[in-house]
Amino acid sequence: MTGEDRPPLLEATHLTMRFGGVVAVNSVNFRLAEVELRCLIGPNGAGKSTFFKCLTGQYQPSAGTVKFRGRDITGAAPHQIARLGVGIKTQIPNVFNGLDVHENVRLAAARGVKTRRMIDRTIAEVMDRVGIGDLSSRIVGTLAHGQRQLVELAIVLAGEPAIMLLDEPSAGMTNEETARAAAILREINRTTALIVVEHDMQFVKMIAHTITVFHQGAILMEGPVAAVMADPTVRDVYLGRRAA
Amino acid sequence: MDRSARAGTIATLLIGLLITFGLPAYADPFQVMQMTLYVVLAIFALSLAFIWGVGGILCFGQGVFFGLGGYTFAICAINFGGSTGAFLMALLIPAAVAAALGYFMFYGRLNDVYLGVVTMVFSLIIWKLINSTAGPEWHIGAARLGGFNGIPSIPPLNWPGRPADALDPLQVFQIAMGLLVIVYLAMKLIKGSRYGRVAIAVRENETRAALLGYDVPFVKLVVFTFGGLVAGMAGALYAANQAFIDPNVFSLEMSAKVLVWVMAGGLSTFVGPIIATIGLQYVALFLADHKLMNSQLVLGAILCVLVLSLPNGIIPALQDAAAWLFGRTRLALAGRAPAAARKTAL
Repeated sequence: MTGEDRPPLLEATHLTMRFGGVVAVNSVNFRLAEVELRCLIGPNGAGKSTFFKCLTGQYQPSAGTVKFRGRDITGAAPHQIARLGVGIKTQIPNVFNGLDVHENVRLAAARGVKTRRMIDRTIAEVMDRVGIGDLSSRIVGTLAHGQRQLVELAIVLAGEPAIMLLDEPSAGMTNEETARAAAILREINRTTALIVVEHDMQFVKMIAHTITVFHQGAILMEGPVAAVMADPTVRDVYLGRRAA
Repeated sequence: MDRSARAGTIATLLIGLLITFGLPAYADPFQVMQMTLYVVLAIFALSLAFIWGVGGILCFGQGVFFGLGGYTFAICAINFGGSTGAFLMALLIPAAVAAALGYFMFYGRLNDVYLGVVTMVFSLIIWKLINSTAGPEWHIGAARLGGFNGIPSIPPLNWPGRPADALDPLQVFQIAMGLLVIVYLAMKLIKGSRYGRVAIAVRENETRAALLGYDVPFVKLVVFTFGGLVAGMAGALYAANQAFIDPNVFSLEMSAKVLVWVMAGGLSTFVGPIIATIGLQYVALFLADHKLMNSQLVLGAILCVLVLSLPNGIIPALQDAAAWLFGRTRLALAGRAPAAARKTAL
């Protein structure tokens, strides 16, 4: 599943992001097919999150282009990119802390022209899928970190995206929650493309087919999980000698 | 809106109508004018309660829009020779200025304390500007701006389209009350509407709202512009009721007072700021009349006590007390119950 045989859903060409003299992302070429699941890994400061923010419109890239289904979205505002069907889960959960879980999901489901019935159905479906139905009336700010991660996942799903970008979805989760998140992501991936930025290699092994390794702002390697994990360079720069 | 919230709104409306038609019968014209002033200031307080409470925009210069409304009304009424067009202009000009200022602030991604600083400096600039227009060369049409002396002899409100039929103080009071009720109701409806809920989402988390596809700067701009329009309306009524306006409407004191009223009454409600405005303004006037103590000092002390003991404001504290008395949680009162019911149906 490298995506060569299908038209790209998302395509970055020579994407570059500079902060003053620092080149955080250096001329990256990246393609993602429809319904593909891709993990981005790399050491701290490798440029994963910056690359991610260039894709979502949170940063304006210094050079290069980003195309979504052939449409140039370079430099578009985050809300315009989101409206095309790009769902984003950020590293620190971005949720509406003062509102209850139901209203959080409702706000995501209600954007655009929709009837009340459609909205209610989406909410019920998503709550069920993520398994947070029992938290419906809880104020999100009072929930545990792992639960808020799930709420954010539900929010992103409720927007019915064609692609979901997730920045460290398993951060701060218990083992049980991590396994549940992995199962949810695999299930989501049946209809939706995913890009997952992740540190936790156990989690990556649970979900990934293809991995892209970032190092010093560029792509070091791209390929199937087993090949990447066996690569000596990757093990040197990222995994270290402990990981097998 | 769930049942208890709707009951609260209806009760507020009934009390409003009762005061509009009942109270003036027991008051002399001077007292009626005084009450009109309270009502006008309550409308002003609502303008801030809306942009701050719903939109999360902390504006330290709300007095600018109030003052612009008053000055626009004064200048237009003197030039037009009637209040109809002047009143409309007093809505449009402050709204347009709010839209222009808001455009630069929100599309420039200013937030939090920076918004406060920019709005405060903006009000200081206007205050300085108007203060320095004392000479006869400063005039707009027939209206002399008067600098720090202000503009005297502002024409009163008249029947729409009939400049010769000036309204008496009682009618002005009733119109002000009517507008207060309309503004209150409009804000309630907007807050519960689709748009209001999106504005609340933006207040809660701008990044998430944008990532869901909501146009954050635009949402804030609309909220801020509406706040400017309502403040301008209050300013126009103020100028018409007092028949006089001076640059102190642009002063920091004016903008600070309205922040205090909204904070004391409770940011999350609309009734709270109305009650706090009237109550605190009455206390200030009473103290000044009887020369008992420095009213600013007393108001400062009241604010300190309120912030320390009732950080959410008077009305939310009363709601909490009522909820405790009736053995219900505050959340249930605030309309969370239906969500819980939906959960079990799921």
